Amino acid sequence: MIRKVFIKLFFTFLLFTEANSVIEVDITRGNLNPLPVAVSPLFSDENTNKKLKNNFEIIQLGEKISEVVENNLKTTGLFNPIEKKAFLQKPDVAHLKPRFEDWALIKSQALVTGQIKLENEKLRVEFRLWDVLAGKEILALAFTTVPKNWRRVGHIISDKIYERLTGEKGYFDTRIIYVAEQGPKTKRIKKLAIMDQDGFNTKYLTLGNELVLTPRFNPTNQMVTYLSYFKNLPRVYLLDIETGIQEVVGDFPGMTFAPRFSPDGKKIIMSFAKDGNSEIFTMDLETRLVERITNHPSIDTSPSYSPDGKYITFNSDRSGFQQIYTMKSDGTNVKRISFGKGLYGTPVWSPRGDLIAFTKLHKGKFYIGVMRTDGKGERLLTENYYQEAPSWSPNGRVLIFYRETKTDDKGEGFSARLWSIDLTGYNERQISTETDGSDPSWSSLLTN
Amino acid sequence: MISNKIFKNVILAIAVSFLLSACATQKKMDSQMQGDVYTGTDTVEYLASGVPDRVFFATNESVLTTASRDTLRKQAAWLRKNPKINVVLEGHADERGTREYNLALGERRANSAKDYLMTYGISSNRISVISYGKERPVDSGSNPLAWSKNRRSVTVKAN
Repeated sequence: MIRKVFIKLFFTFLLFTEANSVIEVDITRGNLNPLPVAVSPLFSDENTNKKLKNNFEIIQLGEKISEVVENNLKTTGLFNPIEKKAFLQKPDVAHLKPRFEDWALIKSQALVTGQIKLENEKLRVEFRLWDVLAGKEILALAFTTVPKNWRRVGHIISDKIYERLTGEKGYFDTRIIYVAEQGPKTKRIKKLAIMDQDGFNTKYLTLGNELVLTPRFNPTNQMVTYLSYFKNLPRVYLLDIETGIQEVVGDFPGMTFAPRFSPDGKKIIMSFAKDGNSEIFTMDLETRLVERITNHPSIDTSPSYSPDGKYITFNSDRSGFQQIYTMKSDGTNVKRISFGKGLYGTPVWSPRGDLIAFTKLHKGKFYIGVMRTDGKGERLLTENYYQEAPSWSPNGRVLIFYRETKTDDKGEGFSARLWSIDLTGYNERQISTETDGSDPSWSSLLTN
Repeated sequence: MISNKIFKNVILAIAVSFLLSACATQKKMDSQMQGDVYTGTDTVEYLASGVPDRVFFATNESVLTTASRDTLRKQAAWLRKNPKINVVLEGHADERGTREYNLALGERRANSAKDYLMTYGISSNRISVISYGKERPVDSGSNPLAWSKNRRSVTVKAN
């Protein structure tokens, strides 16, 4: 009798948890079982289809947006979008009230539905995220935009889904600025290029007349800082992506390089080289006030602020070789933090504040790795012939960097490409770019 | 049986010739490098007869070798004889280092050449310095010899 009650209780409990289970995706470790998700095409009625075709030359927009979402979710390595051919329910019906048995049958655990409608030349988008096993809606959102922004619609939807299922902000409605490369290694032509995080909408921001390197986003707006050899004077520049207006940063009697913004976007921190010595300086963009941060006869470069702006990590060879250091943002309290075997460069503070990503050279191999801000807990994520310059996704979960190939005996076969890898060390991917690419920098989320 | 023996000899001869050619390559490389500093003349151009335009460095180093100092003394003598000529010293690094550090390293290399020219009486007004880091290799190879040619400071006429 007691036993029967116990079994009954146990069963009820199971049912209870089952019914209330909210899908969760753990992003703290490599995910070997990506969550099966069905992304239904967004429904649009005949009238909307006709207007989109006639007024904007866009067809099948509902499908296209769902494909952007599928691709984003897939590249995280956390989700496994199910082929649309398997779907049993039509988009409009599913969006109103999914038949959960149908979606469970094709093994999907999450379902995304939506619809789009043209109203006064504006695109009204609504979407819903459903927990298939629990049989309920877990997220619903509607927003309005211009039709030509349709890829961003897909990115915004992806960010909302990612955030709902992982508990952390997404990184899809973002852009990458990088250096597009062409031509032989000895006469490489380099241009600034910008694209959506998924490789679409590439635009070139310079013509390739002068060498450009190391572009970096302002975390608070659409400004970029980079190194240009304009008139053969290597100097740090500031570029407004929206207006195309650029200006040289400060008035230094020598090369300025390795620029980055402070987290509040108000300062640029960079190296200034003179008489064989590179030191770290900051310049306030409003007051134009220049401040010297380091003072040491060795090379001090590649500075990067902690997200609270209180600390700086940088690269120095004051120990005799390239190593990673931290200091307070006024330049005091300098501490070496890299002590492993090999050389360390390009430290970048994580937007979450707890880690520093770096490039390491050891025994002829290059590694991208992370360590805690005190230098402990070093973890190498990827090894290759040549790779460097990691840049964090705004949520601090993914690193983008570039990788170069070895040339053959004739000095041919060189290429430089952009790659990304999860903080877990899993999910390494090449990012498609129209040309070769290097020095990638990830923007903040365009919408919050 | 005989044919078998001939066959073996042919194989042996081929093997020996391979070994020899491998040795030759190795020797060629050795003769163009001392430690890992380039000592060859493949890429060198001349500012004037007997005045080489460039000096080479060891990995991660900006210290001038004996040969480099000799080259720079020749450049200084030539500059003293041609007081109207100004020069740019272009500092370079090989591809086996991070971009930003290499920019600093190229600047340091060009400046160690500049300092030496100055100690031999050339005014700093006549010398400007630019670093290209690893952006302008002369040899696109991915091997120690190519890298040694790329670790350099080149003196270029500015006018």
